[in-house]
Amino acid sequence: MNAVSKIKPNARPFYQRYSPAELKEALRKMHLIRRLEEGAEEAYMRGLIHGTMHLSIGQEGSAVGATMALRNSDYITSTHRGHGHCIGKGADPRLMFAEFFGKEEGYCRGRGGSMHIADVSTGNLGANGIVGGGLPIAVGAALAIKKQKRDDVAMCFFGDGASNEGAFHEALNMASIWKLPVVFVCENNKYGMSVSTERSMAVANVADRASAYGMPGVIADGNAIADVEEAISEAVARARRGEGPTLVECKTYRTRGHSRSDRNRYRTKEEIEEWKARDPIPHFEAELMAHGIATEAEVSAIRDSAEAEIAAGIEFARLGTDPNPAEVTRDVYSNEAA
Amino acid sequence: MRELTYAQAIQEALAQAMDADPSVFLMGEDIGVYGGAFQVTGDLVHRYGEDRVMDAPISELGQAGVAVGAALAGCKPVLEFQFSDFATLAMEQIVNQAAKLRFMLGGKVNVPLVMRFPAGSGTGAAAQHSQSLDAWLAHVPGLKVIQPSTPADVKGMLLAAIDDPDPVMVFEHKLLYKMKGEVPEEPYRIAIGKAHVAREGRDVTVVATSIMVHKSLEAAQILAAEDIDVEVIDLRTLRPIDTATIIESVKKTSRLACVYEGVKTLGIGSEISARIAESEAFDYLDAPILRLGGVESPIPYNPELEKAAVPQVPGIVEALRNLVRGRM
Ligand SMILES: Cc1ncc(C[n+]2csc(CCOP(=O)(O)OP(=O)(O)O)c2C)c(N)n1
Ligand SMILES: [Mg+2]
Repeated sequence: MNAVSKIKPNARPFYQRYSPAELKEALRKMHLIRRLEEGAEEAYMRGLIHGTMHLSIGQEGSAVGATMALRNSDYITSTHRGHGHCIGKGADPRLMFAEFFGKEEGYCRGRGGSMHIADVSTGNLGANGIVGGGLPIAVGAALAIKKQKRDDVAMCFFGDGASNEGAFHEALNMASIWKLPVVFVCENNKYGMSVSTERSMAVANVADRASAYGMPGVIADGNAIADVEEAISEAVARARRGEGPTLVECKTYRTRGHSRSDRNRYRTKEEIEEWKARDPIPHFEAELMAHGIATEAEVSAIRDSAEAEIAAGIEFARLGTDPNPAEVTRDVYSNEAA
Repeated sequence: MRELTYAQAIQEALAQAMDADPSVFLMGEDIGVYGGAFQVTGDLVHRYGEDRVMDAPISELGQAGVAVGAALAGCKPVLEFQFSDFATLAMEQIVNQAAKLRFMLGGKVNVPLVMRFPAGSGTGAAAQHSQSLDAWLAHVPGLKVIQPSTPADVKGMLLAAIDDPDPVMVFEHKLLYKMKGEVPEEPYRIAIGKAHVAREGRDVTVVATSIMVHKSLEAAQILAAEDIDVEVIDLRTLRPIDTATIIESVKKTSRLACVYEGVKTLGIGSEISARIAESEAFDYLDAPILRLGGVESPIPYNPELEKAAVPQVPGIVEALRNLVRGRM
């Protein structure tokens, strides 16, 4: 039985603008991301996935909140911590797992792995192994949108650490002078690997940097999906109207280490625990139930369905096809004769 | 003698350099409390403080330029890149500034900096974290480029690099960091620009770099059972190249193979082949020169593809056997 909606007229716009089905789908995506990453972590531990992996556990609110306002023809550029963005934009976890397992069925035919995960069919132009690498690329995609007179947008995800790269500053400036439809989404999780923002930036917020490039800089609670979505949807609307870029900073936290080799020497257990208590998923579940949008039974059914989908994804990936080593140079050029 | 890993040998060299000279300092990403992405700097921040073991923001171009400026003004910076691939972000300062300032200013200044680059494939880190860009930098006059292959060499060559008045680029293969070897405790220097004959042999000269030295030695071991005697030269320095040692060896063996991980085309083996073709050793050759290098593609993620992208022992064995037995 569906919950009887008791959304008050004074509830946040987020809960009024989306239908209950859409809001529940958002929760499902958050669970998918969480379970995908937990599943990948387990597979990694069991030696089924090699290389390295950057988990976004704790950051699902910003990934899903930011992508909710997008449509399929909008673009995103993503980061080394990009599983959430990929699912948010609509990717199929089965094909993501196939990529992690290095299989031909994977999104990048096993050539890219976690750090280059991309579903081009949903407008995801790619995760990136280079910190800051996606920033000017998003600006370029937005330039193409403008030249083609489309009303799509390019959303650029990046971390706090990336905002110290020259590419960040060059990209924001170009997007602003040319009034391009870009939404810059900084997921500020307080650290670039081991270095805190206090030690790497002279201003308190990444959003403060927007003023140097003449664009709005907005701060959102990255662990509250509603807060993220409201800030982002305004930025997206502004971009679609041709009024130029916005920088939205989502304050959040990664509860796992930077990558597999992290020993968490640069932060305290207390800090990690404090942020775990602010987990964006239970927070959203509680809001959905408080507003009568979902019942407890529905919430747990959503969780179970995500769980099952991920388990099926892992099974699918395990049975995938290994690439043929003789084809190691394929796809270097469009014209294979080159 | 005491054994150290390659990473520990680097750390010891850095510590001894800082002990000997207060103008030496380290900079890089996560080299402080984190200990470096490959645990090379380890606990140095606790021993030397944050002023000498500086965590920098993720700003590679800026860091490289800061190193250039500090070197011009009397310091000896040792900059760690987290991965050699990120040299691409710092190319401006490395190629246009560090390499050329002394020349452009008529020899009135020098740029005594060291940049360290964890390089190479084999860790599943895919196309943007696995490259071997050593030949790129070796193409630039004004830079020196070294590629030590053992713990003892990396300590001695790094200390020589820090002493050197010119910019020295150090390429460290990531798979070597855990390799163990005997390393003398006291500080010592191994000259930049001198190759090392790692194994003597009479049938074929293999010029190898970095991890390919070990793979070539393994191949030589296998071929010894077939009565093929391989000489392995560890090039150690890509600029300046020790051509004399290679010429002498080829005159003895009459065959040359170059084994390197970087992309084969325009790689270090291409330069060595050309030098031998241009030298008096050319007349001694009994077979065409052979290059074994990385395939013409980025490094793939899938582990089997990744292995197929760079020379491996069985392929080296087969190629050398064919070269010596005259089956090309
Ligand atoms: C140009 C470049 N420099 C350094 C790295 C190594 N690296 C990968 S992620 C990372 C930290 C990035 O921090 P941030 O942008 O805040 O993203 P987060 O990891 O916190 O999601 C570093 C230093 C890299 N991949 N690319
Ligand atoms: Mg961060």
